[in-house]
Amino acid sequence: MVKRDRWRLIIVSLVIVAALVSVFPIKGRINLGLDLKGGAHILLQAKGTEASPLTDDSIDRLLAVLRNRVDQYGVTEPVIQREGKDRVIVDLPGVEDPEAALELIGKTALLEFRKVIQATTSVPPGPQRENYDSDEEFQEASLRWEAAREEIQAMEKELIARSETMEGTLVTKDDEGRYYLLGSPLVSGKDLQNAQTQYDNLGRAMVTIDFNSEGTKLFDRATADNVGEQIAIVLDNVVISAPVVQERISGGKAQISGDFSPAEAQRLSIMLRAGALPVAVEVLQNRSVGPTLGEDSIKSGLRAGLIGSVLVVLFMLLYYHLLGIAADISLGVSLLLVFAGLISLKATLTLPGIAGIILTIGMAVDGNILIYERVKEELSSGKTPNASIEAGFRKAFTTILDANVTTLIAAAVLYYFGSGPVRGFAVTLSIGIVASVFAAVVVTRVMLQVMMRGKQTSSLVRNR
Amino acid sequence: MFKIDSLNLDFMKFRRYALILSAILVISSLGILMTRGLNLGIDFAGGNLLQIAFKENVEVAEVRNVLSEVGQNNAVIQAYSDKGVMIRIKAGEESVRKDVLSVLRENFPGLELLRFEKVGPTMGAQFRSEAFIAVILALLGILIYITVRFQFRFAVVSVLALLHDSIITLGIFSLTGREISLPFIAAILTIVGYSLNDTIVVLDRVRENWKNLKKWGIVNLLNVSLNKTLSRTVNTSLTTFLPVLAFFLLGGPVLANFSLALLIGIVVGTYSSIYIAASVLSEWYLRKPQS
Repeated sequence: MVKRDRWRLIIVSLVIVAALVSVFPIKGRINLGLDLKGGAHILLQAKGTEASPLTDDSIDRLLAVLRNRVDQYGVTEPVIQREGKDRVIVDLPGVEDPEAALELIGKTALLEFRKVIQATTSVPPGPQRENYDSDEEFQEASLRWEAAREEIQAMEKELIARSETMEGTLVTKDDEGRYYLLGSPLVSGKDLQNAQTQYDNLGRAMVTIDFNSEGTKLFDRATADNVGEQIAIVLDNVVISAPVVQERISGGKAQISGDFSPAEAQRLSIMLRAGALPVAVEVLQNRSVGPTLGEDSIKSGLRAGLIGSVLVVLFMLLYYHLLGIAADISLGVSLLLVFAGLISLKATLTLPGIAGIILTIGMAVDGNILIYERVKEELSSGKTPNASIEAGFRKAFTTILDANVTTLIAAAVLYYFGSGPVRGFAVTLSIGIVASVFAAVVVTRVMLQVMMRGKQTSSLVRNR
Repeated sequence: MFKIDSLNLDFMKFRRYALILSAILVISSLGILMTRGLNLGIDFAGGNLLQIAFKENVEVAEVRNVLSEVGQNNAVIQAYSDKGVMIRIKAGEESVRKDVLSVLRENFPGLELLRFEKVGPTMGAQFRSEAFIAVILALLGILIYITVRFQFRFAVVSVLALLHDSIITLGIFSLTGREISLPFIAAILTIVGYSLNDTIVVLDRVRENWKNLKKWGIVNLLNVSLNKTLSRTVNTSLTTFLPVLAFFLLGGPVLANFSLALLIGIVVGTYSSIYIAASVLSEWYLRKPQS
C-alpha cells in the first residue's frame, strides 16, 4: 500500500467514526420541520392605520404582545420573528389545535366599552316551508321577513348617516344581525389588570376582568352616568353583548358573557391579559399540520426510503457483483454522512427534505457506476486491473464533478428562493450530492484497495 | 447477464425521427400549456387547502353537497384514500375556512383536520415571481458553468435538452390538470439538474473523443460516445427511478405530484440525454462545421 493510500484509509475511517458518533443515537437529534412534527407556520402582515402607523416601535410592541400570547397559551419553543419591514413569522411547533392557535395570533383583541346610542332589532331567522300549512302562508311570511330585513338595512344607513355627524361614534353589529350606533369608548382593554375565565351557575363560560386603578375610575364613572342604559362590550369592532347597567359599579370588576365555548373564553382571556395588538395584522400565509399527519409522513417516508435503498442495493449487486458490494457500502456511507451533515449543520428535516434524501439514494451510486464503467473500458483496452482502476477513477472524476455541480447550482438557487419545506429539500439534496461524491470518489477507492489486498485483482474486476 | 457495454447501436441513424418526435412533443406541450394553462395550486393562486380524515368512508359527492350549503360550489375536492379528502378553495378569507369546517363537522362528526394551509393573494403573487426568477437564475447559472467547462455549442444543446424535459413535464401536468405547487418548482429545478447531469456525462465523452473528429466524422463520434456511456445512462436512470417510484407509491398524498414530476423528468431526461443533445449537435455541426 502506498503512503497516500494509507492516508486515504485513515481519513475515511475517521470521517465514518465521526459521522457515527454524531448520528447515533439518532432519536431527538434531527430538527424536524413543522410539516413532520406538526405545528403551525404563520406569516403575518402588519397593517398600519392613520391612528396607529407602522413604526419600528409598533412592530416591536407587536412582537412582544404576540410572544406574550403564545407563552400564555403554552407553546414550547415558538419562533416569533420579524421578516423584512412589516411582516412577522410565527412558528408554533407541536400545537395540538392549529386552528385555535391561529385564532389566538391573528386577532387584534381590542376591547372597548361604549355607550349604546341607538340599536336596531335583530334579523329573525328566515321562514321555513315546513312550518307553514300552505304555499300562500309561506309566501306571506317570506314577504314579511323580507320587509323586516329591508327595514333593518334602511336603519343601518340611517345610523351611519347619524354617526357621521357625531365625533368618535361607531356603527357596528353583533352576531345576531343587530346594528348599533355606539358612542366613543368609555374604557378600553389597555386599562385592565387581569382577565380570567369563569363559569356561571349554568356552567356557561364567561370572562371576568379586573381593571387597573385608571380603568376602575373610568368604569365607575361610565356606569354611574348610564344606569338604566345599555353599554356595549365591543371586541375588534364587533359587539359581544350589550347589557343594561343595573347600578353603578365601583369595584373595578366586569364580566363579559357572550355565547362562548370554554376554549373561546380561554383564548379571549389570554388575549386580554397579553393586551391588544398595537397594529392590526392580516394572515398572509398559514401552513398548519396536525400531529398525526406528521407522524404518518415520517413513517411513509422511512418506508419508501427503505424499499428504495433495498432496490438500489440489489440492483448494484446483480449488475456489478463484488464491485456492487463496494458501491452499496459507499451508498450506506453517503446516507450516514447526509444525516451527520443534517445534524451538525442543525438543518431542519422536512417532508420534501425526505424526498431529497430518497433522490440521493438513487443518485449516490451514480458516481460508482461512472467509475465502474470506466474501469471496465480500461480493462477491455488491455490495461492491467490495477492500472485500469487507477485510470478509471482519474477519468471518471471530472465527469462526476461536472455532472454534480449543475445539480448543486439548481439546489443552491432553490435554497436561496425557497421557503420552509422546499428549502429543506435543497438542503438535503446539496448535502446528499457532496456526501455521495465523497463516498464514490474516496470511500469506494479505499474499499477497492481493502478488497484487493490478498486477492487476485483480476478476479475482482473481471470483465463479465 | 445482459450486457449493455457490448452493444453498438447506431443511435444517430434515427436522429431526425427523434428530433421530429421531440418537436411534436414540445410543440404540443406548448399548445396544451397555452390553451389549458396550468392548474395553479394555492401556493401560486392563493386560497385555502384542507386535508381531512373522516371517521367513515366518504364519497366526494357527499362532501360536495355539504360544501354547497355554505356556497362553496367551486371547491376542488379530491379523495386520496377511502376516508381522506383534500379540499382546495380559491377564496383566501379566514371565514371561508371556518364556514367550511363547521358545516363539515356538523355533517361528519369525528373528522380530523390533518392539515390546513392558506396563502393570501399577495403571497401567491410573490411566490409566482420568485419561482420565475429562481428558474431563470438556475438556467443562467448552469449555462455559464457549461460554457466555461465545455464550449458554447455544448451549452446551447444541453439547455435545449433541459428545456425539452421541463416543457414536456409541464405539458403532461397541464394535460392531466395536476396541481402546480411550490414543491413542483423544486421538482422542475431538480429535473433540470438531473437532465444536465445525464447530458453532461454524454457531452463529456464527446469532448474526450473530439480529437478524433476528422478521422471518425461527427456522426460516428457521437455514436461511439453514446454507446460508451449507454450502460451508465441506463443504470443511473434505473437507480434514480426506483427510489423515487417507491416514494411516489408509498410517500403519501402530500408530495405525490412532486414525485410524479420527478419520475416523468427522469424518463424524459434519459431519452433527451441520449437523443436531443447529440442529435442537435450533429445537425448543427453538419450544417456549419466548427473551424
